[in-house]
Amino acid sequence: MQRVWQGRTYLYFRTRAELKARHFDSWFGQLWVVLNPLLLALVYWLLFTIVRRSSHGFDFLTFLVGGLFAYYYTRNAGQAGSTAVTAGGSLIANTTLPRVLLPMSSVLTALLLYIPGLAVYAILHLIAGFPVGGQLLALPLILFIQTVFNLGLVLVLSTLTVYFRDTSSFLPYVFRLWLYLSPVLYRFDEIQGTSAAGPAHVILRMNPLYPILETWHQVLSDGRWPDQGLLLIALLWAVGTLAFGAWLFLSRERDFAVRV
Amino acid sequence: MDVSGKSRQDLAIEVTDLKVRYRAHMDRRPTLKTTLRHLGQRRRMTRTITALDGVTFSLPRGNVLGVIGSNGAGKSTLLRAMAGILPPAEGRIVVRGEVTTLLSLGVGFNKTLSGRENIYLGALASGKALFQVEEQLDAIVDFADLGEWIDMPVETYSSGMYSRLAFSVAAHMDPDILMIDESLSAGDAAFREKATNRMHELCAGAGAIVLVSHSLQFINGLATDVIWLDKGKIKQHGTPEAVVAAYTEFAKAKKAAAISRGI
Repeated sequence: MQRVWQGRTYLYFRTRAELKARHFDSWFGQLWVVLNPLLLALVYWLLFTIVRRSSHGFDFLTFLVGGLFAYYYTRNAGQAGSTAVTAGGSLIANTTLPRVLLPMSSVLTALLLYIPGLAVYAILHLIAGFPVGGQLLALPLILFIQTVFNLGLVLVLSTLTVYFRDTSSFLPYVFRLWLYLSPVLYRFDEIQGTSAAGPAHVILRMNPLYPILETWHQVLSDGRWPDQGLLLIALLWAVGTLAFGAWLFLSRERDFAVRV
Repeated sequence: MDVSGKSRQDLAIEVTDLKVRYRAHMDRRPTLKTTLRHLGQRRRMTRTITALDGVTFSLPRGNVLGVIGSNGAGKSTLLRAMAGILPPAEGRIVVRGEVTTLLSLGVGFNKTLSGRENIYLGALASGKALFQVEEQLDAIVDFADLGEWIDMPVETYSSGMYSRLAFSVAAHMDPDILMIDESLSAGDAAFREKATNRMHELCAGAGAIVLVSHSLQFINGLATDVIWLDKGKIKQHGTPEAVVAAYTEFAKAKKAAAISRGI
């Protein structure tokens, strides 16, 4: 624990180096980070608006952008973090650096890459005339819960990748499916034909990203304080995932030097 | 770190009956696909290799230990086990002091960044504190002698320039216990000489040193004790002159045997 704390300078420098390598210190680099989910939001918006001829306007686009950016924070952390240990092979074979710093750096990088997205969303939010009020103060808490969840997820994925190197090539499909099963393109209460208490809904709500993204929408789109029970469920998922991830990672990390 | 009453404080390193085992995988990159494919078969896809098999020695403070042996004898494994990177399967390792490892050059470097930024990354990755890096920054930059290239991305460097930078970072660590794995072939002849001199300085300043090298001449010049490892066991442990002579004899005999077999 103490050694991880001592490693915080390295964590900071590594993350900064990672961002700089992506030209994140320039405007163009930041634009690039925002562009991908923004274009994706546009594609889904076109799909829903034009093809289905439903009356989705700018409000819907704003809703999509907010959800997609939030979802992409987890997706990017998971995708990049899955190779955190295997890509750090020479560090693992040649230094005694606490291994946990590598996945931590992936999550920190993803968090910092998320910030310009939040800025872009804020502009859309204001243009769309979405509610602004005290409830926005809940956003940092939800973001924190999501970060805890992401760290747990990345710890699990980076450990798995050591044993199954093709994990990161399966992940895009997993994340694509996860996107469709999460309240990003739609809200769960919009699902027609099943009752909210039906088995389909219960299963959908088992998704650990559901409470995070749903409370996010409650604040941004509904303009109300997030449901406390839901927030608690989000927190429990996040803490549980982190505890499991930390246990898995720490119980296996002695094995990493031999395997990578 | 064990500092029990019985242990002798003047010993920097004590290794007792150390065994290290690897599980070597038949497939170099284990994947889910291959795991699933081999699930039904009884064939084991791994083979256990005993890299170190009962190694015992100790190193007093102020001494320089040279480790020699042919490829695959377990030299690097021994170094990594003592540095705390590889877990021992059996036995005990006691290291009294802060270990600095110089196992490979350019560890932690990010090639898209400048030389100067990589000095920070490399030194922090090997466990130095920020103030230590800043203290040494000018010395490292001077030693690497890269001129204005120091602020250019490392990916634009020639391999000689890269190893000069990497060696300079590694050679300014102010080590207590230093573990070095064959990293002296850096740069051109002039830089190599500078590097060798620097190594002598480091050896003079450090509390204890373990040196793995194929250069017998280098071992002879620096080491106070030499261990000859063969197939994970200590074949001989003694003064540099005696062990290097025995090893040279052994290597010659092996070569002669190979020639007589017509290889």
